[in-house]
Amino acid sequence: MATILAVDDSASMRQMVSFTLKGAGYNVVEAVDGVDALNKAKAQAFDCVVTDVNMPNKDGISLIKDLRALPNYKFTPMLMLTTESGMDKKQQGKEAGATGWIVKPFNPDQLLKTIQKVMG
Amino acid sequence: MAIDMAQFHQVFFEESFEGLDAMESGLLNLDLGDVNADDINTIFRAAHSIKGGSGTFGFTSVSDFTHVMETLLDEMRDGRRQVTRPAVDVLLGSVDCLRDMLRAIQNGGEIDRTSVAEHKAALDGVVNGTHDMAREFPAESEHVGADTTMMTTMEEPAASEMQIVGWSIAFSPHLNLLKTGNDPVRMFRELAMLGELTSTVDMQGVPDIYDLDPEECHLSWKLKVLGDIASTEIDEVFDWVEDDCDLAKQAIYSAVAEPAPLAVTEQTQILKPASIEPITIPTVAQPTAAEKEPKKEESKTSASKASSSIRVDTGKIDTLINMVGELVITQSMLSLIGEHFELNKLDQLKNGLSQLERHTRELQESVMNIRMLPISFVFSRFPRLAHDISSKLGKKIELKLVGENTEVDKTVVELLSDPLVHLVRNSLDHGIEMPELRRAAGKPETGTVILKAYHRGGNIVIEVSDDGKGLDKDKLRAKAIEKGLIAEDAILSDKQCFELIFMPGFSTAEKLTDISGRGVGMDVVRRNIQALGGNIEIISELGKGSTMAIHLPLTLAILDGQSIAVGDETYILPLGSIIESLNIKEDRVNRVVGKGETFLLRGEYLPIIRIHEIFNVPKPKATKLTDGLLVVVEGQGIRCGLFIDDLLGQQQVVIKSLEANYRRVEGVSAATILGDGSVALILDIPGLVRLANQ
Repeated sequence: MATILAVDDSASMRQMVSFTLKGAGYNVVEAVDGVDALNKAKAQAFDCVVTDVNMPNKDGISLIKDLRALPNYKFTPMLMLTTESGMDKKQQGKEAGATGWIVKPFNPDQLLKTIQKVMG
Repeated sequence: MAIDMAQFHQVFFEESFEGLDAMESGLLNLDLGDVNADDINTIFRAAHSIKGGSGTFGFTSVSDFTHVMETLLDEMRDGRRQVTRPAVDVLLGSVDCLRDMLRAIQNGGEIDRTSVAEHKAALDGVVNGTHDMAREFPAESEHVGADTTMMTTMEEPAASEMQIVGWSIAFSPHLNLLKTGNDPVRMFRELAMLGELTSTVDMQGVPDIYDLDPEECHLSWKLKVLGDIASTEIDEVFDWVEDDCDLAKQAIYSAVAEPAPLAVTEQTQILKPASIEPITIPTVAQPTAAEKEPKKEESKTSASKASSSIRVDTGKIDTLINMVGELVITQSMLSLIGEHFELNKLDQLKNGLSQLERHTRELQESVMNIRMLPISFVFSRFPRLAHDISSKLGKKIELKLVGENTEVDKTVVELLSDPLVHLVRNSLDHGIEMPELRRAAGKPETGTVILKAYHRGGNIVIEVSDDGKGLDKDKLRAKAIEKGLIAEDAILSDKQCFELIFMPGFSTAEKLTDISGRGVGMDVVRRNIQALGGNIEIISELGKGSTMAIHLPLTLAILDGQSIAVGDETYILPLGSIIESLNIKEDRVNRVVGKGETFLLRGEYLPIIRIHEIFNVPKPKATKLTDGLLVVVEGQGIRCGLFIDDLLGQQQVVIKSLEANYRRVEGVSAATILGDGSVALILDIPGLVRLANQ
């Protein structure tokens, strides 16, 4: 089964994302910020990355940019979790190489639908 | 998929309260003259997280409120708005308001809507101060903008009355489309889920093999998808790639322009008066249903509020796992020795046992360590308190925190909070003088209050000290006489004078202010601290300042105990309460009719409490005073002698609540389980004295 890296500095959001995806049968690895995620992504291959944008240490956009530069993550779907007020963030995310976004607030169904959209 | 979102609420509340604390300290530490973008960003991020979480978990009132805060902070972060003192104060007020809201939701209570509205109005006031409405909600306006530029639709026939039966789409990805992880195949699959899809690929753009970069996309497609599909559904599929491709979509209309749809719209218009109700009901009913939903969830959380959780540093857990590993090794070593035991292995066995003892002790220590929290959990609220009080009173006060990382048992942290607030308030309100008074006294205008925590022996000491006016002995004395607390001719040492403020009914403030002196006296503070097994002392010099020092045991879960024997029973005395133990000489015992026995020790008459009589212990070994031992103990300022059979050993005991497992027993504070599995009661000295006096 596909393994997804879920990145969020908020524990409750992380739990929610992780719980939802695990419930749908995905393997999930959690990371608390961009730096943590980058380290984990280097140590293990992920089929998809779902990341929050606003995080300490390394934000989601910079994470996506760094991940895209890695040979293993050239074409990996990477989604950002962003609030509706972050339209400019979407643009920045796209430029960094984000595949798409999920607009907060979202419910588990919307999350799953979007994940299934990028996972074959 | 039905997921109960309530299961994440507890974590959400915890992190939100942490976020609010971070916002508060961030706001308090802002240097208005030189605002650091990083600092604002930290505050912004906290607000942003709370907004995101509350939106996701259905607490719309919270997310609406944080949205305004976020807008303001965002402008400050980008430098579009000056960070001013009033703005910071409004934000601080909003932090409080948000904390109340979250607490109300967590406890299933009602949100104070007037307070929320007031704070929101204050925030709006700041936001609108120099900015027009368009500026206020940049998000919304941008959103609209993005929507309209979402796609270049070839020609949108105004003939919406015609039936759309499908869409024809021209899709030419740019070369870099694949590099964002998007994949046309997946998009087509989505389209195929909307309706019947036919696609024609155009391969003209593909270069020959020598020039081909396999990571680029050189294909383009003509797509046709048939079905009753809304325009937005098509847009959604291409939402993520709108900038990475040339896209044109055109609606396909039914071959015969049926008048039917037209008739339908006409009908609705004709029927309008009658159909108003069915139309308006869903639009009104929907939001109310949505409003109700979160409420239901919110009340659900009240069930989980009682479960308290603790955040543990992962380093501590690692140590613990390490310890358990060591223990397992020792255990297997011991069982190996035990398998074929011969006497010549006795040394090995002893070694193994001492190792086991060491590891058990270490394990115990690290488990206890888990309950330890840094005192900063309590200290962190004081900068705000000092800020508020000093601005309210017009005093200049600097608060210094020392030893914030000193670790204390979680229970102590929780119970210490209120007494400390009281002490700090006292220092700020009564201790530190007004700037002009300070200047006149030759002191710097800014008063200093220091909150300090450190370990000393098995105790933690917390000091609240100020360089204010100090306690006035004569004033205290006069007040106590006036209140009838002491006799007019009472001779008091300095220390005893200061102790007067702990007497019930004593208050030094000439008039009560709304900052301190809210009816909770220092006597309550002392009682609370004593309930934690600690004590409080005062050091003060007139004109120079005062220091209140709280001494507390490090942990409440383990106690250094002295086992004592009375008959067949074993009791535990808290080691810290024992002053000395001695043999009784008959000539030093006085018997007072109706008042029991006393023992003369260095000029002091100590009441003798016979434990076997108090607890009705059968068959005590010593009934004559000279046969047993007298243990001199002290608790809450009361000294007495406990008459027992014998002293046994000293050991650390784990405290098990008697109240929780049985009921409260006077003279006994708790119970513990001894090495041989039997239960021993831990004696409560003040309780024993009360019992003996009955």
